[in-house]
Amino acid sequence: MSVLTPPRSAQSEPPSGRSARRAPGARENFSAWANRHRKWLFAAPAMIFVGVLIVFPLAWTLYLSLTDSQGSVRAASEFVGLQNYLTVLSDAERFWPAVGRTLSFTGVALVCEVVLGMCIALLLWRPFRGEKWVRVAILLPLVATPVAVGMMWRLIFDPNIGFVNQLLGMVGIPPQPWLSGQDTALGTTIFMDVWQWTPMVVLILLAGLTSLSEEPDEAARMDGANAFQRFFFITLPLMMPTVIVAILLRGIDALKTFDILYATKGKGGGSFHEVETLNVYAYGLSFDYNQYGLSSAVLILFFMIIIGSMWLLTMRKKAVSK
Amino acid sequence: MTVLTGNTENTGHTETANTARPAPARRPRKPLGTRAYKVFRVAALVAVVLFLVAPLFWMLLASFKTNVDIYDTGKSFFFTPTGENYANVLQRNNYFVFIFNSFWVAFVSTALSLVLGVPAAYAMSRFTMHRSALVVLMARVIPGVSLLVPWYYVFSNLKMVGGFEVLILSHMFVSLPLIVYIMMSYFDSLPLELEESAQVDGLTPIGAFRRITLPLSVSGIATAGILSFIFSWNNFMFALVLSGSKTKTLPVAIFDFVSYASIDWGGLMAAATVVTIPIMIIALFTQKYIVSGMTAGATKG
Repeated sequence: MSVLTPPRSAQSEPPSGRSARRAPGARENFSAWANRHRKWLFAAPAMIFVGVLIVFPLAWTLYLSLTDSQGSVRAASEFVGLQNYLTVLSDAERFWPAVGRTLSFTGVALVCEVVLGMCIALLLWRPFRGEKWVRVAILLPLVATPVAVGMMWRLIFDPNIGFVNQLLGMVGIPPQPWLSGQDTALGTTIFMDVWQWTPMVVLILLAGLTSLSEEPDEAARMDGANAFQRFFFITLPLMMPTVIVAILLRGIDALKTFDILYATKGKGGGSFHEVETLNVYAYGLSFDYNQYGLSSAVLILFFMIIIGSMWLLTMRKKAVSK
Repeated sequence: MTVLTGNTENTGHTETANTARPAPARRPRKPLGTRAYKVFRVAALVAVVLFLVAPLFWMLLASFKTNVDIYDTGKSFFFTPTGENYANVLQRNNYFVFIFNSFWVAFVSTALSLVLGVPAAYAMSRFTMHRSALVVLMARVIPGVSLLVPWYYVFSNLKMVGGFEVLILSHMFVSLPLIVYIMMSYFDSLPLELEESAQVDGLTPIGAFRRITLPLSVSGIATAGILSFIFSWNNFMFALVLSGSKTKTLPVAIFDFVSYASIDWGGLMAAATVVTIPIMIIALFTQKYIVSGMTAGATKG
């Protein structure tokens, strides 16, 4: 089941409790009415809130993407049909590179996080002394404010005074430009993402590992399988559904990464747009250049990419769970 | 037997011992064999901890250095600490105001989201309203920018941009789906029997929810509330667009710190530390809840 469809639990309607005393009165009537309609009474406020704040803005974004709206938010705009989409899709200078960066940022970060996360989760699996402290260390990057994390890495990766180049200097490697290099910037931001979010993958995988039953592992051990065989033929296949959940949860956020990119490289993803992903591009179009029509078109396309990749993963998970 | 001493590989005996016992309580796990592995494991764990903590430690160190010391690579670890950066950040740059703003926005948006989200999650869990749940959880998927444009449109026409109300509303957009998601999986795991017997004893369904289910859900609500607070505290993009000079939150304040010509690294690191320390202290004391919230629903298949 996907992240979006919460676990099903078979529920029966509990017996109606309007029995005890039935003195007629407005208060009693209201209470009876409220109890009868509690399903919607409970759910409606949240759903209306979400509807007003999400469904309506999404519809508006869709509408804006068909207009030439720009400049002031109060300025009049005209309906231009699919013109914005054509402009965006034929834009090989900003749009397509941004798509590429978004996908490669997400892809590389996810692979690193899942592989590293699995290794760390396996290390932590069996109890050991000092476990508490390792768990605290794992939690720290996870809760740190992304903008602050971005600033922290800016200092550490600074070409002149950064600690990383200092370390490299000790082993005789020449200083690297890191964030300020046109080719190295995206990789450096991926590294930051891996530092901050691998812990989340670890937590999810660890929860999965501890809920595994030990029998298959035990049986394989008795049959003489070594640790690697047991991992690749027993543990990993059993963990696949959890791994995909982790990829799904992390992937959604990785595609939408904004904070560390904007905090480290600023507007437009740097002067050569070296870390400009779709989210940064759309944000820049909207709020740095006030091209609302164009940015809405980019957003709708971006949204389709997110939904598409999630759908693919959910399908994959269904296949694996069978 | 072997199970209890636990450090032999004699699995045959272990198995018979287990099957003989009616319901073995969680056995102590067998350590993974060899000494070489143990050494490797300790080394690997130390490396992991260093990798995760060292950057934060570096940030903390730099926040106590003067800018001259930061530029001097010979003084990486040995320097005379100064509190000047903190004095500078807190007093001259008015960070107390931003701290209050961040706290207030996170607190109110979390409280309101709990009020809306907990009953909704209850209804969605008990009546298995999957399609409604899907609508709320969509919010986790939608890119925030696509909502910001219309919000900005509407709220700037209402002259509300820069006020706390808009900021709180926008943060609720993150908090509410998160709370609904965590609370649904919590209510799903809560047995129905207690509520049912309370109703047999004469409580109305809403009464049973209020007097039985809610008190039982305190730890779930704590989980959802803490995570929602953290996410709101850390949120950058919504505040970047929707906050004004009086309602600026900490992440935006830090971002503005670098828009001057040259970067005051010491001050910047002090500011970054000021933002992250409160949230890390909260995390230390509520570790259990954060872990259960982050992994909610992940292993149910």
